[in-house]
Amino acid sequence: MSSNPFLKRRNPQLLILVIILIAIFLLFGLLTKGKIFEPRSLQAIAFQLPLLGLLTLAQMSPMLTGGIDLSIVSTANLSAIVIALSMTQFELSPFWAIVLGLLLSLGLGVLKGTLVAFCSIPAMIATLGMMIFIRGIALVVTKGYVIAGFPRSFLFLGDGTVLGIPMPFIIFLITAAFMSLLLDRTPFGIQLYLLGSNPTATLFSGVNNRRVIFRVYLLCSFLAGVASVVMTARFNAAQAGYGESYLLLTVLACVLGGVNPAGGFGKVGGLILSMVVLQVVATGFNLLGLSSHLASALWGIILVSVILTNRLIFARET
Amino acid sequence: MINKKIFQQTEFYLLGIIIVLSFFLTLVNPKFLTLENWFDMLRSNTFLGILALGELVVLISGGIDVSFTATATIAQYIMGLIITTYYIDNVLVAFLIPIPIGIALGAINGILVYYTKAHPVIITISTLNAFFGFLMFFSGGKWIYNFPPSFRNFSRVQLFSLTNPQGVKYGFSIFILIWIILAIFTWVILKYFPIGRKIYAMGGNMEAARRAGFNIFRVQLFVYCFMGALAGLASFVHASLNQMIQPNSLVGGELDVLAAVILGGASVFGGSGSALGAFLGVLLIAIIKNGLILMKASAYWHEVIMGAIIVVAAGISAYQRKSQAKREGEILVQ
Amino acid sequence: MSQKIEEDQKKPYLVLQNASKRYGGVVALDGVDLTILPGEVHGLVGENGSGKSTLVKIITGVVRPEKGAKVEISGQKVEIANPFDAFRLGIYVVHQDLSLFPNLSVAENIFSHRYLEKAQKLVNWKEIKAEATRVMDKLGVDIDPEIEVSRLSVADQQLVAISRAIAVDARFIILDEPTSSLTRKEVIRLFAFIRELKARNISILFISHRLDEVLEISDRITVLRDGKKVGTFQREEVDKKRLSFLMTGKEISSRPVEAGAYPREEEILRVENLTKKGHYEKISFSLYQGEILGLIGPRGSGRTELALTLFGLNPPDEGKIYFEGKPQVISSNQVAIGLGIGYVPENRLVQGLVLDHSVENNLVITVLDQIINGMGLIDFQKKRSVAEKAVQEFNIKTESMEAPVKNLSGGNQQKVVLAKWILTSPHLLILDTPTHGVDVAAKESIYQSIRELSQKNLSLIFISDEETEVLNNCDRILVMKNGQIIREFSPAEVSEEELRKIILE
Repeated sequence: MSSNPFLKRRNPQLLILVIILIAIFLLFGLLTKGKIFEPRSLQAIAFQLPLLGLLTLAQMSPMLTGGIDLSIVSTANLSAIVIALSMTQFELSPFWAIVLGLLLSLGLGVLKGTLVAFCSIPAMIATLGMMIFIRGIALVVTKGYVIAGFPRSFLFLGDGTVLGIPMPFIIFLITAAFMSLLLDRTPFGIQLYLLGSNPTATLFSGVNNRRVIFRVYLLCSFLAGVASVVMTARFNAAQAGYGESYLLLTVLACVLGGVNPAGGFGKVGGLILSMVVLQVVATGFNLLGLSSHLASALWGIILVSVILTNRLIFARET
Repeated sequence: MINKKIFQQTEFYLLGIIIVLSFFLTLVNPKFLTLENWFDMLRSNTFLGILALGELVVLISGGIDVSFTATATIAQYIMGLIITTYYIDNVLVAFLIPIPIGIALGAINGILVYYTKAHPVIITISTLNAFFGFLMFFSGGKWIYNFPPSFRNFSRVQLFSLTNPQGVKYGFSIFILIWIILAIFTWVILKYFPIGRKIYAMGGNMEAARRAGFNIFRVQLFVYCFMGALAGLASFVHASLNQMIQPNSLVGGELDVLAAVILGGASVFGGSGSALGAFLGVLLIAIIKNGLILMKASAYWHEVIMGAIIVVAAGISAYQRKSQAKREGEILVQ
Repeated sequence: MSQKIEEDQKKPYLVLQNASKRYGGVVALDGVDLTILPGEVHGLVGENGSGKSTLVKIITGVVRPEKGAKVEISGQKVEIANPFDAFRLGIYVVHQDLSLFPNLSVAENIFSHRYLEKAQKLVNWKEIKAEATRVMDKLGVDIDPEIEVSRLSVADQQLVAISRAIAVDARFIILDEPTSSLTRKEVIRLFAFIRELKARNISILFISHRLDEVLEISDRITVLRDGKKVGTFQREEVDKKRLSFLMTGKEISSRPVEAGAYPREEEILRVENLTKKGHYEKISFSLYQGEILGLIGPRGSGRTELALTLFGLNPPDEGKIYFEGKPQVISSNQVAIGLGIGYVPENRLVQGLVLDHSVENNLVITVLDQIINGMGLIDFQKKRSVAEKAVQEFNIKTESMEAPVKNLSGGNQQKVVLAKWILTSPHLLILDTPTHGVDVAAKESIYQSIRELSQKNLSLIFISDEETEVLNNCDRILVMKNGQIIREFSPAEVSEEELRKIILE
């Protein structure tokens, strides 16, 4: 029965991640002859990371409760479509377009939250159904066409920089800070973590489980909405079915970052670390001219290795 | 006593819904209830149907697998490469190649799931990425076509054929037969073989299974290899139906298979589900899609309706669980 | 009976000598001897940490004992190196969680061991059903073999688990806390089965915290303390008091509350004709400010259900509740907490604590609104000081505030649960068997805390299984049985034996 605080469940994984990050940076540094450390490369990383990063942040809160949201990508897509259409069809300013997009994602969150929290439908099934449903609505609305052509002011959110830092990255950092604040410094955060670990005990302690879970899915959808802003701005287009492959990646990134899929544990810091690791691998491969497919293969291998190492070294914890 | 049990089975309700739905669809468009339509519908859903059987077994054991699309793609790609490069004009060989490949990839899943003790969703997401990533890298995304004649002809094999009033021939494709045979095979294993019962036992109470002395590793290995084998088989069917292999066409469809199996009564928590249910789940989805086409509904509405159905079905099931718990006097937590 | 059986009955079934087990520097078991006679019911008692579970693990082959241990079965020296060895020797354990497969039928559960056989035959459903029926008939169990186990009551599930032991021809069945979820009626039925097993010369090891029941069913009783065997006694040689003394080495201090020390003044709670189908009916009583009201009765008497009703998790069908003079509908536990009602749950580990999380978090979960600053964010200083105060006040032994609460001993864990409710400044606190599984020193500490709380005018409902406990600590006692309140006493009016008689009949 280990009581050493440094062997707490989360720490070993973070430690391994930091080691991996340093190792990967060094490795790619060597292989790319230092190119990866150039400001251009770092900036590229900072431009590309936020999309997956925001979606992963979105996936974090459902996973902390031991659930999952399979519909975050389709939610982001539909929200992106609404934003896009607002600007192209209805000629709204980017500001109002974004507001509408966020409202839509909030609305979808209300629906999801109701299904999971109040109808007691298992999260995987409810969000699976919602994913297909939302995907369908996106198809109906767009009829498969791409919506493109947004005002410069909007695109700035996707490719502009402030003091050399890419806008998307700034949005990501702000969102991460917000999540961190929410999880670590609010009562909601404590309720969330404890609920994820033992909902019976929190119920008996007076926590309104349903309300917490409802809010979780609301939050997650909202973050998917934020992701859609970045997505639309970067791609300068919106289409049904975009980025479907991201979905499972968000789960991968969450677990790599230390989120326990059974619920109850995981920190934003870990997530950011895992995102950086994943993105550095992708960018590194890019610089080396290697296929991005190889990068995603490596992601899978990294995750399995981390889990195996965790289990082998720290097996006595359990 | 037997009668009472039938009413409690999900399969019964599924069958009922299918019958009712078919009834209404026929009213809307008489073409629905024709043999031609049904043969066609079944044929095009064979791929989904076979995968559903594999996923069913994994779900019953308490696990889950989302990497089978990648497994299927690899199996099918290697088969395609071999028979086109070496010009093997033997469809039986083509049929047999993907299966061991699927089993091998499935074994990787099984071994990892057992030794990491991590949640299978995490493991199979990782292997999905790894398998698919490597495949795309080594294949360069190149399509494979121009198959040897026996392979081409196989897709046209029918058990018996008929002619419709317009003079067009149609028939009971051999793929449907393959599907049905596999469904029966799965059913037999689950119901009459000890390994099948152990799969249910593990899904119901893993700890009890361990204490009872069941070889957890062997069962898990079997389950994921079974999925792999069926993924291989399904990929053969897919390649044969389309006469073309595109490396990136299958991945992304994992959740559709999952939806079909869950509609068919399998629980994500493990321990329940049946081959008949998986078959009916796929059939239900097939009918809905087919019905929408016949009703000349825009193709875009398919997913909207499909998603809504899944949510409603899950809602009903959740409601049943809640009211049963209430009746039995349990005090509910969330 | 024939002479051979008489001879067998003299020969022990299992002889365990000098069993010891060390984990690192901790001695879990120290030189324990155990003899089990054929056809005997052997009780095993001891506090948490006394070595009971280690002993069982050695007998069932889950762990190997230190060198020097000797095991004999029916006179033959044997090695129990793994669970299979134990299984083949006829040793079978029914764990507290029963280890059944909820999604399989009763028959299949009873015969799951057949799936282990080398010759993997096809499953013959007719055969399974027929043999399951046979086994259950032998025991007089009347359960439909084709029903799914999840649909059975816990008591029925237990019988299925025991039937499984018969199906594998077990000669020695270990029952681990078999009665913790059973009502008195179900316990009586279980005991009848145990006697059936005795008649077939099967030995039973009955492990339980419930000393009354151990005394009722056992032929001999072994007491463990701190890893050592204190002794093995014939049932006639001991009683509850003596067993407690042997288990703990200490006398249970009897400090009865002075009757009339807390005069009845304001009525804080009045319950009229509260009824809930299947749980309780026509419950009426009052609770006065500063009073400790004991509620005692066997499991299944409706006491926890009643408590949960007062706590808002089990709305009643009929009846009225008046709290602090006003009629109230307690529709949810948020409402109850808002009124100032707290509940220390029966199942501490699942209902009371989030085991993997810190002591600090577990303490403040009920009072999150007290530790926030003006902006709604958590003030970590306040959080820490609130938690530390609670730890000091209740003398909770923990190595740090961040340590996961599962690291604490049972007694300290219970103190955490108690503390988190006291932090809410409740007006009424319901304690549901708060000393269950708690060692003696911590028990005393809890009793002390309870008395101090009532002196501060907090009203308490103390639900308990133990007559001594309620007699020593309560101002008034209600006896509940079969969903009704059958008697009311003040502690001076009734003796321990009388009370027990009333509850058990």
